[in-house]
Amino acid sequence: MSAKAEPWQKAEIAGPQKALVIMKPEVVVAMIKRAKRPILIIGHLATKTDPENVKMIDYAIRLNKTTGIPVVATAHTAHEFVKQGFQPAASMSAMDIGNRLKDSNWNGLDGKGPYDLALFMGLPYYMEFVILSGLKHFSTNLKTISLNRYYNPHASWSFPNLKVEAWNQSFETIISKLGGN
Amino acid sequence: MIIRLTKKGLLVKAKELKTDVAVIKNLEVSIGKIVDETWEEPEGPTPFPSITDLRDWDFKLLQRYKPFYLPFCDVCCLCTFGKCDLSGDKRGACGLNMAAQQSRIVLLACCIGAATHIAHARHLIDHLIEKYGRDIPLDQGGLNIDIEAPVTRLVCGIRPKTLNDLEDALDWAEEQVTHCLSATHTGQEGSNIDFESKAFHAGMADQVGMEIADLAQISVLGFPKADPEAPLVELGFGVADVKKPTILVIGHNVPSSVGIIDYMTKKKLMGKVEVVGICCTAHDITRYNPSAKIVGPISWQLRYIRSGLADLIVVDEQCIRADTLEEAQKVNTPVIASSPKNCLGLENSTEEPANELISRLVESKVPGVLIFDTDKVGEVAVETAMAVAPKRNKFKIIPDIEEIIAAGQACTGCNECIRACPNNQPITEAMKAAAKGDLNPLAAILEECVGCARCDSACPNDFPLHSFMVKAGEDNLWKEKYMMRCGRGAIQDVEIREVGGPIVLGEIPGVVAIVGCANYPDGNEAVAKIAEEFAKRRFIVVTSGCAAMSAAMVKDEEGKTLYEKYPGGFEAGGILNVGSCVSNPHIAGAAIKIASIFAKRNLRANYEEIADYIHNRVGAVGLAWGAMSQKAASIASGFWRLGVPVIVGPHGSKYRRMLLGRKDKEEDWYVYDARTGDKVYVGPAPEHLFTTAETKEEAMVMIAKLCMRPNDTTKGRSIKLTHYIDLHKRYYGVMPDDIHLFVRNKMDIPITMKPEVLKILEEKGWKETKIPDPTLLKRMIRKKVD
Repeated sequence: MSAKAEPWQKAEIAGPQKALVIMKPEVVVAMIKRAKRPILIIGHLATKTDPENVKMIDYAIRLNKTTGIPVVATAHTAHEFVKQGFQPAASMSAMDIGNRLKDSNWNGLDGKGPYDLALFMGLPYYMEFVILSGLKHFSTNLKTISLNRYYNPHASWSFPNLKVEAWNQSFETIISKLGGN
Repeated sequence: MIIRLTKKGLLVKAKELKTDVAVIKNLEVSIGKIVDETWEEPEGPTPFPSITDLRDWDFKLLQRYKPFYLPFCDVCCLCTFGKCDLSGDKRGACGLNMAAQQSRIVLLACCIGAATHIAHARHLIDHLIEKYGRDIPLDQGGLNIDIEAPVTRLVCGIRPKTLNDLEDALDWAEEQVTHCLSATHTGQEGSNIDFESKAFHAGMADQVGMEIADLAQISVLGFPKADPEAPLVELGFGVADVKKPTILVIGHNVPSSVGIIDYMTKKKLMGKVEVVGICCTAHDITRYNPSAKIVGPISWQLRYIRSGLADLIVVDEQCIRADTLEEAQKVNTPVIASSPKNCLGLENSTEEPANELISRLVESKVPGVLIFDTDKVGEVAVETAMAVAPKRNKFKIIPDIEEIIAAGQACTGCNECIRACPNNQPITEAMKAAAKGDLNPLAAILEECVGCARCDSACPNDFPLHSFMVKAGEDNLWKEKYMMRCGRGAIQDVEIREVGGPIVLGEIPGVVAIVGCANYPDGNEAVAKIAEEFAKRRFIVVTSGCAAMSAAMVKDEEGKTLYEKYPGGFEAGGILNVGSCVSNPHIAGAAIKIASIFAKRNLRANYEEIADYIHNRVGAVGLAWGAMSQKAASIASGFWRLGVPVIVGPHGSKYRRMLLGRKDKEEDWYVYDARTGDKVYVGPAPEHLFTTAETKEEAMVMIAKLCMRPNDTTKGRSIKLTHYIDLHKRYYGVMPDDIHLFVRNKMDIPITMKPEVLKILEEKGWKETKIPDPTLLKRMIRKKVD
């Protein structure tokens, strides 16, 4: 796994505060285990098939089934979940969920309190870039993880730029170490 | 004695004036402006408003639609105190925090956009006055239009009748942008909400500037005047007969292109030289003369230039590639720059004789010339193009297939091209395929390419990757031949009379304005698909700018484009192109005229009341699917202040601030009932003022939803809910989870969906609410308190 922490889109320079690089998938496992109120945000690109014929949405479903982390489907991603017989906790626009996560007084989808960890996957790179930035600057007590295979520097933690196989393997490890299959 | 009517008003001078009581020497009386005493409509509270006059209204909107800031980076680098790290709760050396800094950036963008349109208007007015005189009457549409300048009436409180009259409004707009821009200086404004209010103000001034520009050119240059049947014009890469000498005009400000047409007409050269355009100048030249042709939106610049089809390029201003001169030199195409705002480093040759300039260009002694005289531009452009064409022989720099295959084989797969591509297109994979002789993947990328050529710049091997794509896709490019209805200009008063009621009552489910640039995430097709979806649903679909072109670039099975299939009137199911960027105020103007013509509200300097009316009653939504520029930001801002929601495509998230409502906060969605003074919950209608759609499917669902307004009748709300639910089910696969927020009583529920909606209402614990006479303004309450 390469640990070169460069934004995938090279001009998308962030900082001084930049995402810590997830060198090992175990970091994600530890973050999820430590989180009291995690949430998973899934964008429409997760429904696209990568060259190795894996859809990220499948990992999202497996992650949910393993951990119970609520899934928010952005844009029309919900349709793909429904086709697979999975009901996301909510369907809302990426901006809406970003705006709510920013609000430390928001009690979450279930009304039980604010989230402390948001994991993002499947949004267009540049859109996730700015939303993560909004959360970095304006949320309190929220950590963010970018699970896309490109380094996204405004997250708290992000995968580095990864090849598809390494990315897939990371998900397999995360799910397995969290007790799933 | 001298009595002179200047542009500022009346000036009376007398060296010696003898009266019964005195002798007055060197008398000089200056009257600032002539007041229109014939206008019976009373003046509202905010004529020529200052930057704070509408602040209270802005705050009402911003209280409901709070900014969500999306910074690009953590720092501010606008002064030498910096860079300052503004992350977390830090403040910069000047004391500014991140929220204020982001709103400051928004204001800067709006000022740049507004200044651009207003300066465009100033140039046009000065040019037209110099050429045709001050007293040319304004005419948007003859007897079909009584309210000639709805935005200017509303904002400034004047009723312009001649070119001369427009200058007061233009002076005001220029002053406002200067004030707004000054607020962004270090140590001025410190509040993010006040920055936002000023951004709204810049957007409103922009609307005035644009209206002036289009009103002037429509009146003087004989553009279609509010014509639902404006001529169909040809559009596409393949429409020009490039065997003829071809002149390509690029930009937004049409006088130099008019100079070309006029010269060709004078010399009887029409039909012998092709005039084609890119971007809004193309719109406006076809409005001037429908025999001109449109190549396409802004993203078509490089592919056309590199294909060598233009024998001469004339650039004016705005959205023109900064490397046009360099790119043109590669294909031996001379360039004429014609705007003081875009001189390209060329020597000013305005005063030199035309024949000398022509010979210099024809003999390639200079790559281009700078000419500010539009008539001279016409002569030099046409004569040069005719002389250069045989010499150039359409020389191009599009590589042949062998060269692409060789490059594919030499490509190291470093991915620098993909990482530079705004849309992450799989260029490396396409080059791998090209290495084996398969150019189809490169051709597929061209379909979704925004034409920025950042891939070219990034390639360490200096491969002209964009040109590779053009070669791969050239068969498709040559087939690009479409028909677009040219810009019709304003909406007629009679059209407003017919649809004003159904719009306000909600029976026409909405007005969708599809506008803006061509920075699309996935090609042109989305715009046409969205436009047709809503036209079929009997919304009114209005287009302008590059989006209007993209809407034309899809044909049905019979080979017809949307403009050939749908009527061009402001009517249910119509698709109407109002024109170029500066035509956007016709869309705002239609909403404003609904308040005036249908509801008999006074417009004159009565901005707040009319914005309140539009926000609560007129189900209009803007979609700028490919918004790219600062102009697009200021255009959107002008709509925000009117309370009209705007959606941008995913790249629009980079405007760095959204204005989002929170439907989960019931307290945000109360209005006054103007009849009783009661505060009434009306649901999140409209839910947002500015937001991003990630996909075209999401955009369609959002549009349907954002058309709902508190004033909808039960019949109207039922129709609007039908569209929202239907689109949601189609694209999301399920019922929306917020229907209960939009159903006020059971009559609102679409009949065919009643069982499933009632079930949801029961689950959500829904309760019936009143339908008020909605207003956000306490002063609009009619009930008298004893």
